[in-house]
Amino acid sequence: MKHVKPINQKAARIEAYVAHEAEKARDEELDVVGLRTPPHEMDGPHYPLGCSLQFSPGWEVDNRGGTAGLCQPIERDIFDCHISCFWPAHVPDQLNHSPDWTGQCASAQKDWRKLDLIFP
Amino acid sequence: MNPPVATGAPDATDAGPVLSLRDFHPFEAYGARFLYMVPSAGIFRMDDAGGAVLDALAQGPRGLDDLVAELGDRLDVDRLLETIEELTEIRAIGDPGAPRDEAPNDLPPPDFPLNTMVLNVTNKCNLACTYCYEYGDDKIVDTQYGKQPKFMSEETAEESVEFLLRQSGEQPTAHLTFFGGETLLNFPLLQKTVAYANRRAAEEGKRITFSLTTNATLLKPEIIRWLADNDIGVTISIDGPKPVQDGLRVFHNGRGTYDVVLPKIKELLATHRSRPIGARVTLTQKHLDVLDIYRHLTEEVGFFEVGLAPVTTQEHRDYAITPESKSHMLRQFEELAEEWLEHALRDEHHGFTNVTDTIEEIHKGVSKAYGCGAGLGLMGVATDGEVALCHRFAGSPEHTIGSVSEGVDREKQERFLVDHHIAEKTDCHKCWARPICSGGCYHEAHVQYGDSSHANLHYCTWVRSWTHTCLEIYGALAEKNPKFLERFGA
Repeated sequence: MKHVKPINQKAARIEAYVAHEAEKARDEELDVVGLRTPPHEMDGPHYPLGCSLQFSPGWEVDNRGGTAGLCQPIERDIFDCHISCFWPAHVPDQLNHSPDWTGQCASAQKDWRKLDLIFP
Repeated sequence: MNPPVATGAPDATDAGPVLSLRDFHPFEAYGARFLYMVPSAGIFRMDDAGGAVLDALAQGPRGLDDLVAELGDRLDVDRLLETIEELTEIRAIGDPGAPRDEAPNDLPPPDFPLNTMVLNVTNKCNLACTYCYEYGDDKIVDTQYGKQPKFMSEETAEESVEFLLRQSGEQPTAHLTFFGGETLLNFPLLQKTVAYANRRAAEEGKRITFSLTTNATLLKPEIIRWLADNDIGVTISIDGPKPVQDGLRVFHNGRGTYDVVLPKIKELLATHRSRPIGARVTLTQKHLDVLDIYRHLTEEVGFFEVGLAPVTTQEHRDYAITPESKSHMLRQFEELAEEWLEHALRDEHHGFTNVTDTIEEIHKGVSKAYGCGAGLGLMGVATDGEVALCHRFAGSPEHTIGSVSEGVDREKQERFLVDHHIAEKTDCHKCWARPICSGGCYHEAHVQYGDSSHANLHYCTWVRSWTHTCLEIYGALAEKNPKFLERFGA
């Protein structure tokens, strides 16, 4: 940095982090930001941060302030999607067509085998 | 539920992306402007372009183009744009709608090593200091009729040493502090434990260092000799000149202790040269002449270091420090801090440890998840071998997290770590001093609010003022004597 000078040890680490991020940003393979895992988690596992796993008052951003953790139709077709979500998912639509889909499933942990396929 | 919503570009106007100030605390030294970033605790120095950008954004958020137009007649546009980019990178400025930065809400790893163990070798004391948190009005544990033995046994002390060696994990060094009651009432145990610990540490290829806290009444030549020979760090609890010391630090019959301890302390200071000897002062409403106390203890008695702490007690006690007195005390702290800075600028030692400790934390840029290391890197052991969060809670069943024979109850420890994490302290979320304070002392919280996880709200103003003062000192050293700061870097 030329104009903002790091003074203490933590600031030096922040400067190094910023430089490292800038270096990575120049990598052409990484220019799609919307769905990718945040850079500091690149080496770790991908945690699904979908709706059923977090408290999120709005859906606009995930709890990291980005969009990477929001549910995607291809990867978030999970049990919780069936109740009130309008987003088309591959689970039965309990609002309109299959209101009794979970009728035999009082507790998902115990009764998940009773969630049957739906035939049109 | 969470359907994906296209958010598009961040808030933008015709004047480019909108910028506003983010989370930091500004301070100055010798005309230079610095930012203390929250919650990262990084410190950056601004040049005049950086200062101009921050001043402009202090008037309210504005678009990039407007900002450049506003400042472009005074500053070179390229330099301005670079400065804005750098300020954005360190997150001093940014999108007004961006979420606040919070430190990660992570628990420390389960094998976090124990660094310091405080051994309450006795819960008896030969003094009856009015304000004592162990025997006074605010005590947590019934030290007189409670179930704990009055003295720790040799067996428990040895088990404690084993516990420390085990819990210190891969760390090559661990620290053992003897505490009480009056520590020296159980001097035979200290001798045996130090010998045992040295032997066992050597067998394990480790090193254990020792220290103790004492009221100095029982010091005698052979004890002082032993302390010096074994490199035992010594902290003396003492409140100041005779009228101050004799006010609240008294024997059971009410007699003051000053005349008894003074010659013993002088002998200790003259004989024990292997480790610096510190004084630990409890400040109360009765005696708040901080400067007088400090000068007496350093210049007249000869202590190398003096640390001062306001008494922990409920507000209604007559020795509890009133809010007005807190500001008076703060002014005197600031005066001493100024003196500390003058010494540091000349590369000289100054014994006011309250500054030294804070400067070290500022230099490293610590951003704490917990107010202190209690229950994690530091634990207190009661006379019966129960392990508590720290020495102040030793013997309290509510704050026990295991025993030296059976180890740490990981479930209890984890519950403690979850409940006391800074992320749980909503009062602290908007405070700029949270990287350093992190809600404060658990024992202080327990005495004041009956809940150890409560933030120390009665000290907020004090902590912010004091941290600001120490930041200014840090900035001054960074400007005029940056080499001095290197000694805090290790």
